[in-house]
Amino acid sequence: MKISYYPGCTLKSKARNFEDSALASLAALGFEVAELERWNCCGALFSLTTDDLLHQLAPVRVLIRAKQAGAGRVTTLCSQCYNTLARANRLMREDEEKRNTLNQFMTEEPDYFGEVEVVHFLQLLRDEIGWEKIKAALKKPLTGLKVAPFYGCMLLRPKEVGIDSPVKPSILMDFIAALGATPTDFAAAEECCGAYQVLAAPEAGLKRTKRVVEAAHASAVDALVLSCPLCEYNIGKQQRELAAPGGALPVFYFSQLLAVALGVDAGSCRFDLNAAGARQLLEERGLIAAAARK
Amino acid sequence: MSVFIPLGALDDAIIQKIAEISGENARRCMQCGTCSAVCPMVESMQPSVRQLMLLLQHGRSGAVQEATTAWTCAACHTCLVRCPRGIDIPRLMEGIRQIVLRQNLDRVDPRAIPAETLAALPPIALVAAFRKLTA
Ligand code: SF4
Ligand code: SF4
Repeated sequence: MKISYYPGCTLKSKARNFEDSALASLAALGFEVAELERWNCCGALFSLTTDDLLHQLAPVRVLIRAKQAGAGRVTTLCSQCYNTLARANRLMREDEEKRNTLNQFMTEEPDYFGEVEVVHFLQLLRDEIGWEKIKAALKKPLTGLKVAPFYGCMLLRPKEVGIDSPVKPSILMDFIAALGATPTDFAAAEECCGAYQVLAAPEAGLKRTKRVVEAAHASAVDALVLSCPLCEYNIGKQQRELAAPGGALPVFYFSQLLAVALGVDAGSCRFDLNAAGARQLLEERGLIAAAARK
Repeated sequence: MSVFIPLGALDDAIIQKIAEISGENARRCMQCGTCSAVCPMVESMQPSVRQLMLLLQHGRSGAVQEATTAWTCAACHTCLVRCPRGIDIPRLMEGIRQIVLRQNLDRVDPRAIPAETLAALPPIALVAAFRKLTA
């Protein structure tokens, strides 16, 4: 089966470990991926003003690229891209006046009415492939690994585009269970990582890092899984700024653990791009060979 | 925080301006404090989200524009999910930010970001911060 795919900027630079591991996993599951042509940055965040449509152009253009590719559906990995594209798509579906204005403004583009469906990779795993099929495809179940989900904001809120319940989600817990690991809930699973405040208010951001890391240690988890490169930076990389009691908390993209459990070549996981402790944990547990270093 | 409640007609120009930009009406707030209770950034804000809503209802536009609240907000949408009055607080925060940003006043200076920070941050961090905090 062929999947139309929108990567976004960060997956082509800082988060190669996210993209490469996801694409390798999809191939192992028998899917063919077609990256959209001529895609542009989605804008990173959905514009929350109602009197200014300029910031809707970027995500809508991406959706038009998907329509032009003949795709009924476009799949994303980055939570922020997912959220921005899904919200822009709803705007084009539901707000006739704004849709007309945008379509008239983009004279060079075909009109767009929200025909394409925006899905997150996790939805594809849950709804299309199914946990049972993933379980059946495992080569190296992550037995004994206590993994907690870190949903962050963009997969869940607002609820119109959330891929699961905004207050009691289970999709990542089910995912962790499907990999044979031990799903472990913790107190900060649906909280914010501090987002772009890492740049503007770094002290406030570090309080988020501390809170999430401490909550994870309190539940004695081995690692977190997440789906957003900004969460990975704020919760993973920013730990270097903390005098972290309880030691480093490894943070993985969900696709990296999927790739390991599917027995995909660990080279595609690019653990060298993760914060300290990630690859080491998997080596210690015998889930990847120390020789897989690159 | 001390709250000054003016006598006489309250100035609702700022409430109207925010409503124009964001579509949200601060008058609907009933001061329950749920937003402040769930906000992950509240300890770094001055005043809190609920207190900001009160300042708005009193038309204290100077105090609203001096408040750090909207600039510390991370647009996480936690308050939106929980507000019993169904106020889209993240949109309202965007309205407050835009009132300032549309005067061409940036809150982060891209030129002042250290080179090592620029090299380390993922592109979505930069794009998102510039979208929220520059004109
Ligand atoms: S949760 Fe809603 S109603 Fe309650 S104080 Fe906050 S804005 Fe007002
Ligand atoms: S959207 Fe802003 S105000 Fe609302 S909970 Fe998140 S950080 Fe706080």
